Amino acid sequence: MFRRTILSTAAAGLVAAALAFQPAQAADTIKIGASAPKTGPLAGGAATTQWPNVRLWVHDVNSRGGLKLKDGQKKIELIEYDDRTTPGEAIKNIQRLATQDKVDFILAPFGTGFTIATAPIFNKLGYPQLAVSAITDKIPALTKRYDNIFFMLGSTTTFTNSVVDILKKMKDDGKIGKRVAMVNVADAFGIELANAARPVFKKAGFEIVYDKSYPLGSQDLSPVIKGAKASNPDAFVAWSYPPDTFALTAQAKINDLNVKAFYTAVATAYPAFKGKFKADAEGILGAGGIDPDTPALKEYFKRHKEVTGKDADYWASAVTYASFQILEQAIEAVGTLDRKAVTEYIKKNEFKTVIGPVKYDNQNSARYWTVGQWQGNKFYGVSSRGRPGAKAIIEKPAWNK
Amino acid sequence: MTGAEVRNFAVAIVLFALAALIPLTGSGYWLSIGVSIATYMVLSTSWALFSGPTHYISLATGAFYGIGMYVVGLGIEILPYPVLLLIAAVLGAALAALVGLATLRLSGVYFVIFTLGLAELIRQLVNWGQTTQGSSSGLYVLTDISEPMIYWQLLGLGAIVYLLGWWINRSRLGFALRIIGNDEVVAVHSGINTASAKIILFVVSGTVATVTGALLAPRLSYIESSIAFSPMLSFLVVIMALLGGAHRLWGPIIGVVPFMLVWDLVTAKFPNQTTLVLGICFLLIVYAIPHGLAGLVEKYRARARGAF
Repeated sequence: MFRRTILSTAAAGLVAAALAFQPAQAADTIKIGASAPKTGPLAGGAATTQWPNVRLWVHDVNSRGGLKLKDGQKKIELIEYDDRTTPGEAIKNIQRLATQDKVDFILAPFGTGFTIATAPIFNKLGYPQLAVSAITDKIPALTKRYDNIFFMLGSTTTFTNSVVDILKKMKDDGKIGKRVAMVNVADAFGIELANAARPVFKKAGFEIVYDKSYPLGSQDLSPVIKGAKASNPDAFVAWSYPPDTFALTAQAKINDLNVKAFYTAVATAYPAFKGKFKADAEGILGAGGIDPDTPALKEYFKRHKEVTGKDADYWASAVTYASFQILEQAIEAVGTLDRKAVTEYIKKNEFKTVIGPVKYDNQNSARYWTVGQWQGNKFYGVSSRGRPGAKAIIEKPAWNK
Repeated sequence: MTGAEVRNFAVAIVLFALAALIPLTGSGYWLSIGVSIATYMVLSTSWALFSGPTHYISLATGAFYGIGMYVVGLGIEILPYPVLLLIAAVLGAALAALVGLATLRLSGVYFVIFTLGLAELIRQLVNWGQTTQGSSSGLYVLTDISEPMIYWQLLGLGAIVYLLGWWINRSRLGFALRIIGNDEVVAVHSGINTASAKIILFVVSGTVATVTGALLAPRLSYIESSIAFSPMLSFLVVIMALLGGAHRLWGPIIGVVPFMLVWDLVTAKFPNQTTLVLGICFLLIVYAIPHGLAGLVEKYRARARGAF
């Protein structure tokens, strides 16, 4: 009997809680859906780049009274789901947002795999998908297939080419020699970038003196760094993911791997990177970058910290926010919740965002930052496609001992 | 066939026919839940074919599933899709036979640990292959195969698994397996070739998991090793099969359906506390129904009979 009482009480509690969580029904709101990882391997990245910006944007729009439509101003009601870093779950979440919650618009999911996995469903349901955290060489094929998907961060090829270009410029200026040590994480992104980089490095007159991959989730990367150091390189390039970006940098310091050009890929632009390495971050190159000194971005960074309590990263954070601004401006310009008209409007017009003007050309924004560098307390873009304000590159000083 | 069997067949056919109607309702949401349920129905039922009678807990489902995905991912631009399914089946069977030969002499916890390692081993081999062969590592599967088609294919595969399970259960092989599960030493002494019996079943279950992965590849469109070889999948299959009851052919499905529905409800209502609420649900399940839902059904059925 006792057991049955516990069970029924627990069940009643769950039901009551479920009812309490039922979102309030109000006709004068716009429903916006969001699905991204809150748990699983990509949760850390999403907690830095995606979710704070979702919150910031909803806060910004609602605190100015909501979106201005033809039939009055409407506030945003946000419905968010965790995709558990599982593509099947992400697909289901988009379905649920569209058909059960009947949301008016859906914010694009996080990560390349998830962008592509959900693209067919966005397309079928007719929702515009303004992807940000997705880098692929298949952009032309994907935009041809899906007329409602938009890209903002460029392709794998430009991503690697700009790193090589930066190093080539340093070499031509006589700052570094031609010996490059290259390592990569043996997982999707890392393998793709390393394979793309090899021929480009050679073409640019570099000699790859060390070329190793390490498995995703490796706990001890000191052999990798020791090997790289033994090859006596002039530049060190790591196509790395967040955990190994931190681990490789830490090991490079411990083993005193001193090169004038030190590049680690994803997460170098995270505020946590500066937080961990402090003065040692100076001169480290990484994926992304922006021009944080424009008035719009200065204001954005300040507001991001105030509203979410976290620092924005120096790469995809502002771009993610910009993608929401594009959606916001397109909805207001169209003046209704007609998704087809909004998609068409996004295709044809230029938008003013925190990262500067954005205009899609064949559903792909060709203006983005590719390489950044820690200089002082900020991570400045040093290489871009079509964005002004690139800073001059500095040589990386020796590690502080 | 006995009267009861005819009745069971009729019930199964009606249920399958009803399930096949889901895509026609036009609700994409219920269809995507249907795909999840069908996936885990196939995986859990085929898992229980082997692990139910023998009590060998296999955590290798993710390994086979991932291989199926990669076969389609690598071959979709070269070969027609049905051929890829066939290749996936053959590869899965071959791997299962190989693994079975090497490991089914292990028992208990050693077997569990080995199968858990298998998915990781294969994933690393795939990565190594991609690094050394210099292909790009994310594989794109851009096809016109729609979600209803994937769903019906999974249902078809499910029907095959049930027929196979029914046939095995009434064959000498099924009888041998039950003896192995009860006492392997006795089985050996009564002249049963325990190794071959176990390998055959392991091959069946591995092949089905591989084909399931191959069927689902077009749904994800983008295959990478961290997604294809997810250890989470292997655990979920075991959890759902045990929730339903692995000792009956119809056990896993009555675990899968409520599990997926409850999980979906939890995800929808508590997006920020999913894992916590799920943990509480697990505790309640283990506390309230230790023998699985099939055990519960059988208990009440026996009680109802007793009342007559």
